[in-house]
Amino acid sequence: MEQEVTLMKGNEAIAHAAVRCGVDGYFGYPITPQSEILETLEELQPWDTTGMVVLQAESEVAAINMVYGGASTGKSCMTSSSSPGVSLKQEGISYIAAGELPALIINCMRGGPGLGTIQPSQSDYFQATKGGGHGDYHLIVLAPASVQEMADFVPLGFDLAFKYRNPVMMLADGIIGQMMEKVVLPPVRPRRTDAEVALQCPWAVTGKPESRGPNVLTTLELDPHLMEKHNIHLQEKYDLIKANEARCEEFHTDDCEYLIVAFGCVARICMKAVEEARAAGIKVGLLRPITLWPFPADEIARLSRQVKGILVAELNAGQMIEDVILSLDTRVPVHHFGRLGGIVMDPDEILVALKEKFAL
Amino acid sequence: MTPQDIRRPENVVAAKPRLLNDNTMHYCPGCSHGVVHKLVAEVIEEMGAEHIAIGIAPVGCAVMAYNYLDIDWIEAAHGRAPAIATAVKRLNPSRLVFTYQGDGDLAAIGTAETIHAANRGENIAIIFINNGIYGMTGGQMAPTTLEGMVTATTPYGRRVDLNGYPLNITDLAVRLDGTCYVTRQSVHTAAAVRKAKKAIRQAFENSMAGLGTSIVEIVSTCSSGWKMTPADANRWMEENMFPKYPLGDIKNTVSK
Repeated sequence: MEQEVTLMKGNEAIAHAAVRCGVDGYFGYPITPQSEILETLEELQPWDTTGMVVLQAESEVAAINMVYGGASTGKSCMTSSSSPGVSLKQEGISYIAAGELPALIINCMRGGPGLGTIQPSQSDYFQATKGGGHGDYHLIVLAPASVQEMADFVPLGFDLAFKYRNPVMMLADGIIGQMMEKVVLPPVRPRRTDAEVALQCPWAVTGKPESRGPNVLTTLELDPHLMEKHNIHLQEKYDLIKANEARCEEFHTDDCEYLIVAFGCVARICMKAVEEARAAGIKVGLLRPITLWPFPADEIARLSRQVKGILVAELNAGQMIEDVILSLDTRVPVHHFGRLGGIVMDPDEILVALKEKFAL
Repeated sequence: MTPQDIRRPENVVAAKPRLLNDNTMHYCPGCSHGVVHKLVAEVIEEMGAEHIAIGIAPVGCAVMAYNYLDIDWIEAAHGRAPAIATAVKRLNPSRLVFTYQGDGDLAAIGTAETIHAANRGENIAIIFINNGIYGMTGGQMAPTTLEGMVTATTPYGRRVDLNGYPLNITDLAVRLDGTCYVTRQSVHTAAAVRKAKKAIRQAFENSMAGLGTSIVEIVSTCSSGWKMTPADANRWMEENMFPKYPLGDIKNTVSK
């Protein structure tokens, strides 16, 4: 059957994908530039079709705790917000990570700090990949670069979240959320039945049948020896994720002498810059991390042995560049080019930066 | 009459409910939590609801309520139990979902979650232990601390010019269209215990019938936090807490 191609915003694609993928619950609070996710879900009224619960919460704090509650019962639950709202969710995200609950959290980033701006940014990279809330934990962080990936990463995000019992963050930005592109929505997956949930999630808090003892979802452990044991277990899980789930896309890297590393919308801009550079006779390639955590360190290491220099382009003051430097396998110059406060660079700026930094 | 005759089930006047396990409770002597735990266990058992009951435990002294009642539990972040209960109930409408929260949890850090869950009329029951103090952290001022009451953070007594007025959040909840049953009880006498149990039963039945949010406040003692003997704490509660937090049903839209 021919696939149906539709034109929509990234935020709308997330909402449509969520309903099609049989997500059980969405809990959100309006904030620009991602309010279309909640708006589209309310318009779709999935409670009448799939039975999906959609609720506008009283705050981001309440919304993430609704996700914590729903996920505790084995349901697939998600929330979305933008930078200041995601800061508010950090307490709940730490609890979800501690409780090893599957959940999908979308951050459609805008510029900060503080109330900042409603324009796009990538300045929450540290928050998303290095913890964000309190305690030693990691989210699996997916960075979509197109409306298609906004849709595709909903089922992918839940698959990873349930596979590892770990929250997944889709770290998007105001551009990907707001721009319209062609998209093929993911295939329809029915919502799991209660029996399927019980089978898939034997830990779920569902009401205690006679066949088992009480299921308790708690993140409290007052015995430090047991708490350390739980932390070691989490770290072992993170090692497993690191070994198996790092993803990236490479563009013209086969013969490249200079490498650009960029994620999300900036990677799209950099593709154009790579083409312009090659037209000018400079062999440039692009590596786009698709997972920001785990970071595609092996691929960076491999390419670091091949190239004369690396440029990390981000809509921030230099965040992902730290992971790039940590990934190097050799001493190769690494420079950063960023725009701040909601300004988005154009391909020419990247090319100029590349020439300047490496004296080309 | 033989001992076997006497021990027939219909002759039992008091027994430990089956759902209340043998773990040693961490509560202090004279604390109301133990009694309320027992009532919750009895009501769930009598409703035959243990396979559908989901409790949401708070942060505070009852943080480990899940250690004592053999049902499924979720332990919430401080104040967030009503938000968690909202999602649990909406995603699992056939379940009996209740929160069990103290005054700091429900009426300070969790005020927004409490008010909004109740205002949406979520089909949940909220058990609210009001002892006017933060027990677990060592006796600091709670929103419900009485004027003049000495706590670790009001060592010279609560002053309204410095600390504001005691918050009667249950009275606030009465004004919300989403609440169907709002009551204030205590467990300081045998009669009070019986009434409190009846209130918890009604709250649980309301949530299963989809009638909206029920709030059962239990005005409670904290002998350790109040630095009194259990008997003195009961007397002090009657003389000081009850005038500010009078007992009885405050709102009941459910025709019986």
